[in-house]
Amino acid sequence: MEYIIEMRDIVKDFPGIRANDHVTLQVRKGEIHALLGENGAGKSTLMSILFGMYKPDSGSILLRGKEVHISGPRMANELGIGMVHQHFMLVHNFTVLQNIILGVETTQNGFLKMDEARKKVVALSEKYGLKVDPDALISEITVGMQQRVEILKMLYRENDILIFDEPTAVLTPQEIDELMDIMKGLAAEGKSIIFITHKLEEIKRVADRCTVLRMGKCIGTVNVADVTVEELSEMMVGRKVILKVEKQEKEPGRPVLEVRNLTIRDHKSKSRKNKVHNLSLTVREGEIVCIAGVDGNGQSELVQAITGLIPADEGQIILKGEDVTKKSIRYRNTHGLSHIPEDRHKYGLVLDYNLAENLVLMEYFEPRFQSRGFLKQKEITAYAEKLISQFDIRSSEGARTRVRSMSGGNQQKAIAAREISRNPDLLLAVQPTRGLDVGAIEYMHGQIVKARDSGKAVLVVSFELSEVMNLADRILVMYEGEIVANVKPSEVTEKELGLYMAGSKRSEAV
Amino acid sequence: MKTRKEKTGFRIPDLSRAAGPISSIVAIAVGLMIGFIILLISNPARALEGFAWIIGGGINSAKDLGNVLYYATPIIMTGLSVAFAFRTSLFNIGASGQFIVGALGAVLVGVKCTFLGSFQWVVGLLAAMVFGAVWALIPGLLKAYNNVNEVISCIMTNYIGMYLVNWIVKSTVYHQLTNRSLPVANEANIPKLGLDKLFPGSSINGGFIIAVLICIFAYILLNKTTFGFELKACGYNRFASRYAGISEKRSIIMAMVISGAMAGIGGGLLYLAGSGKYINVEDVLAPEGFTGISVALLGMSHPIGTLFAGLFIAYITVGGSYMQLAGFVPEIIDIITATVIYFAAFALIMRNLLQRFRLRKGGERT
Repeated sequence: MEYIIEMRDIVKDFPGIRANDHVTLQVRKGEIHALLGENGAGKSTLMSILFGMYKPDSGSILLRGKEVHISGPRMANELGIGMVHQHFMLVHNFTVLQNIILGVETTQNGFLKMDEARKKVVALSEKYGLKVDPDALISEITVGMQQRVEILKMLYRENDILIFDEPTAVLTPQEIDELMDIMKGLAAEGKSIIFITHKLEEIKRVADRCTVLRMGKCIGTVNVADVTVEELSEMMVGRKVILKVEKQEKEPGRPVLEVRNLTIRDHKSKSRKNKVHNLSLTVREGEIVCIAGVDGNGQSELVQAITGLIPADEGQIILKGEDVTKKSIRYRNTHGLSHIPEDRHKYGLVLDYNLAENLVLMEYFEPRFQSRGFLKQKEITAYAEKLISQFDIRSSEGARTRVRSMSGGNQQKAIAAREISRNPDLLLAVQPTRGLDVGAIEYMHGQIVKARDSGKAVLVVSFELSEVMNLADRILVMYEGEIVANVKPSEVTEKELGLYMAGSKRSEAV
Repeated sequence: MKTRKEKTGFRIPDLSRAAGPISSIVAIAVGLMIGFIILLISNPARALEGFAWIIGGGINSAKDLGNVLYYATPIIMTGLSVAFAFRTSLFNIGASGQFIVGALGAVLVGVKCTFLGSFQWVVGLLAAMVFGAVWALIPGLLKAYNNVNEVISCIMTNYIGMYLVNWIVKSTVYHQLTNRSLPVANEANIPKLGLDKLFPGSSINGGFIIAVLICIFAYILLNKTTFGFELKACGYNRFASRYAGISEKRSIIMAMVISGAMAGIGGGLLYLAGSGKYINVEDVLAPEGFTGISVALLGMSHPIGTLFAGLFIAYITVGGSYMQLAGFVPEIIDIITATVIYFAAFALIMRNLLQRFRLRKGGERT
């Protein structure tokens, strides 16, 4: 019994596309097996098949050497397969303990037996070093802790095949380190882990072996120790990828965005600290300024104040020398501001509109797309088709595709295409590469650098240090609503940035 | 699978390609089948005969066909009203109130403003439109500025509207003996446009044509204009709409006003039809408003779908009235037609089933 799980020759067709084309995945007991591939390479489909959500058209699944037909998630769970989803499945006003036992409560005469459950949870938490407080409310713990609750959920159900779906996307560098340790600990205890990711360094750090998918095909399975990051990325993308952002030194020009003494109060709980406290910053022409920091330190509020989604309580926002603090969202949008929002589903796209409609979402009222209130369908379609080919947005039905059915990477490309094509003076991008694969990240960074080279001011908010270090001309670190560091990437190490982000260091030159 | 359901509250029914009409037809078939089962239970011997009347009664004669169009007119309008609000993710359950308030506007002009001559019916309809719009403006404003749930405020405006109309009718255009409004002037009746010659003996008039034109107008408004683009965007995703600089408040208010105007016109079209309709002073909400919800659901909230859904429900109603010939009592007839309509309104569920079926066969790839 060499493999604990074996998916042999899996084929899955969707209308017009073969999502899995004779894919074979073999996972050994006690190993961390990375599943690497671009968005739309078929990773999710493969895992959905393992979870019984799709039936494969052909191929077989062997569990501990025996062939199984998995009919649904419930059965997968009974077979010991557990998954930490990208979006956590937790009840926010329940405690950690309540969330863990949800669905598998032990009862006596219809009453919950919480004590036993608590003992088990505490024991598991200690065994794997998860340090979770069973009585804390989910809404009050950090994202990293929430993820550990998800891990505990799997352990509590005695799953021994654990699937992690892009687990590091939401974590700080320190939390990522800890997660990696936890994963290693789990593997050492004999759990088998399937680690879905497109971050190559992480694979190098924890995975034993790696299976690479590309366009639905299995490119191969390699021992991670035997390959370099460059080789992995080439396997994934199918060509050589430049991981380092290429950009020339450039002298910044006039200021485009000035934020002066901005304060945003916490309107939900008056007692707490301000979300943004007396913050000032400047972004100049031809300059990429990156705001680093752990999620939840006021970045979202700062961005929303700049874009006009929320009002500023104090201070000014100046765009190209004009005070726009009191101006409407539309005014800012039409006066040089472009915005790639953090949550593309919530703010970036109308998912039930088609691609063309989404591509003109910021400009449909301009004379070139409407006359006397009537939309110019032809012009809109033509414009959409231009952007689709220019930015290589892939979809099943071109301009008429419902955006909801597109892959995450292509949705993000659509937003980028829309915002960059508007030819803004200030490009404000929040987490522009979140959830994107190497090829798409390279592309996105390329677009941002191009915008900067053409003299635009760029403000990027990112939670990923490597991105910040790579992309920025200047780095601002935000901690608890204030800027605690203003540095050049060449003058600082990732470690130092991590300390700034954690609030344990403060630069003088702010 | 990773597609997240937005938490914008109401799920918006809409026409998605072919799944729309197909699911409506399947829903109608299911509704008819269940209606037939009820017939079998109540009177097995003549069930088939009764069922034949439901199916065929609407095209029994030119008169019946004309009456189908006549009955369809007001419910097409209330259906359109509900459907229009749906597209902006508002549930206008207040069509009933807007309908009767609109009718009041029409009747007031129809009785009092005889000086308008041959324009009287036009002004009457305009009054109906304005009255309905104003009545819907109230829940619209409450929703936009105070975030009051439109379902609650619409239900309240339904009752307030009903009693208000009773009171105004009693104090202005009241006919004591019959306890209803006075008859409108002849010039206030909508012209027949020769339709009465085409369908002799029926109550049909030009109102049906007006309803069809308004359906087309609504279709164009929703699908071809920037205004419709904004309304729908708000309905689908108000966060992304705000970020695109669309005023959510304005969209909510405008959607409610237009929705109310349509329901109001529906009231005007019925009470200026020249078919002997009067506003009865009684404590009953106008049923057309609620039938409108069924029409909108069956029509998948699409303006043209609503047109056909209204025609279908009118057709069933006319056919049902013939069932007495097969020995069914009126109560059973009401139950049958209600059942058919009720199940027909499940078109939405049918569509979801169809979509799930398609998805299982393979669909979105994430």
